[in-house]
Amino acid sequence: MSVKIKVENLNAWYGRNQVLKDINLEIEANKVTAIIGPSGCGKSTFIRCLNRLHEVVPGARVRGHVWVDGQDLYAPGVDPTEVRHRIGMVFQKPNPFPTMSIFENVAVGVRIHGLKPGVKLEEIVERSLRMAALWEEVSDRLYTSGVSLSGGQQQRLCIARALAVEPEVLLLDEPCASLDPISTLKIEDLLVELKKNYTIVIVTHNMQQAARVSDYTAFLLDGELVEYGPTPEIFTRPRDKRTEDYITGRFG
Amino acid sequence: MLFLTVLATGIALVPLASILVYVGIKGLPALNWEFFTQLPKAVGEPGGGLANAILGTIILVLLAAGIALPLGILTGIYLAEFGKDRLAPTVRFLCDVLTGVPSIIVGIVVYSTVVLTMKRFSALAGGIALAIIMLPLVARSTEEMLRLVPHSLREASLALGATQGRTIRSVVLRSALGGIVTGAMLATARVAGETAPLLFTALNSRYWPTGLDERIASLPVYIFTYSTTPYEDLHRLAWGAALVLVSMVLGTSIAARLAAKKVNGGK
Ligand SMILES: Nc1ncnc2c1ncn2[C@@H]1O[C@H](COP(=O)(O)OP(=O)(O)O)[C@@H](O)[C@H]1O
Ligand SMILES: [Mg+2]
Repeated sequence: MSVKIKVENLNAWYGRNQVLKDINLEIEANKVTAIIGPSGCGKSTFIRCLNRLHEVVPGARVRGHVWVDGQDLYAPGVDPTEVRHRIGMVFQKPNPFPTMSIFENVAVGVRIHGLKPGVKLEEIVERSLRMAALWEEVSDRLYTSGVSLSGGQQQRLCIARALAVEPEVLLLDEPCASLDPISTLKIEDLLVELKKNYTIVIVTHNMQQAARVSDYTAFLLDGELVEYGPTPEIFTRPRDKRTEDYITGRFG
Repeated sequence: MLFLTVLATGIALVPLASILVYVGIKGLPALNWEFFTQLPKAVGEPGGGLANAILGTIILVLLAAGIALPLGILTGIYLAEFGKDRLAPTVRFLCDVLTGVPSIIVGIVVYSTVVLTMKRFSALAGGIALAIIMLPLVARSTEEMLRLVPHSLREASLALGATQGRTIRSVVLRSALGGIVTGAMLATARVAGETAPLLFTALNSRYWPTGLDERIASLPVYIFTYSTTPYEDLHRLAWGAALVLVSMVLGTSIAARLAAKKVNGGK
């Protein structure tokens, strides 16, 4: 057991509207941690604080600490682009770059950060697509547009794009929200596979999904962390009445 | 309702169609090899062409585009991507005001600054005048096109660890390229036919262009001068010039549409 990310007194605002209130939690390395909670409770905001993407929204503000391997992402002088290089993100709606081919979508991050000497771009692209379980389906049309793929394939392309820059942590914000059940299962299998090498944080509004893929679950409500613990415990013996109400579906 | 809209569309197309047909009928007889290759003859002498004016218009438009496109596109990028401060609304407002300034005023201003300072009419002054008319068009159309690029693409790029500059270059500009090119070409087509500002700046010339600091011939100014003379011969040349000018403008507009389609549908 080792802690990969330690969140300490994290607060976040959009303008004057505070949406995260004093969040404290520790995320284990090489595990899948699920963030659940009703819509609008701050799940997206929370994971966007983990790669310093929250602050790109005009008027958005963060206070608190996020320690990754002992380094505070919010310490003065930390370069947010370097943080985002280390901590990859996949969004709710698949968003491949429409002007780029499948190959280029995966390669673009590597181009941005520079290719390590002795490594071939083609190899990175192939490896990333394989890790995202997409290689078999696209290897014969790497140079067609990324948006010609189905929704589920596009989302796996986005996962490959995020993996290509070799992050340590992968954040996923409801990655299956717009996908059909088969694509959803594919991505869930993929996450279980990927946690061998990555620390994974996934936002989901799908309780079954959280139960299926995650090792730990955090329940957020109105910007507060209500309960956090191993997934089986959260789902079978929640300590908080509000958690119980939410997972049994007795909630708004 | 459908009937009304079809009717309105028909009425709206009448002026365009009649311009094209009328200019075509009047201009076509004037167009021959000589028109495209010869200099104008002195008044009274038959024949001659307007080759210098065609070349002059091309030079003036290229000059204007060379000045206005980089400045206008950079201004548009500033307005869409960086302008979160109080300067941006001011710049945007100035652009909109500049778009509304009558082109003859632009001509007078360039006359009293550039022409009087250089103490001569010049292609350069003409290019500057056209560039001033183009600039706000390019800036605003670039801004609009950049704003159409979905926010999710910017975030996807930032989330990969790209800087804002890199995101703009590799993702935003690439996605908006078709629209920006279209806007630039339409602005170019728009200034190609400007006459008033050229009368104060580039003036006119009967000879081949020799330098950017010399007066230069242009199709619009030739159309203006020839059609106000009493000579039938020159009227004919003016119509020919009008047809060439309309074709150039129309060609640019159509090319702009095709460019937009090609880039947007680019696989
Ligand atoms: N860009 C934004 N600007 C202002 N308020 C926002 C923005 N995004 C989210 N919010 C607000 O912040 C709160 C939390 O949103 P979010 O983190 O997206 O919740 P969730 O992902 O759990 O649905 C909501 O009340 C939402 O209205
Ligand atoms: Mg959300």
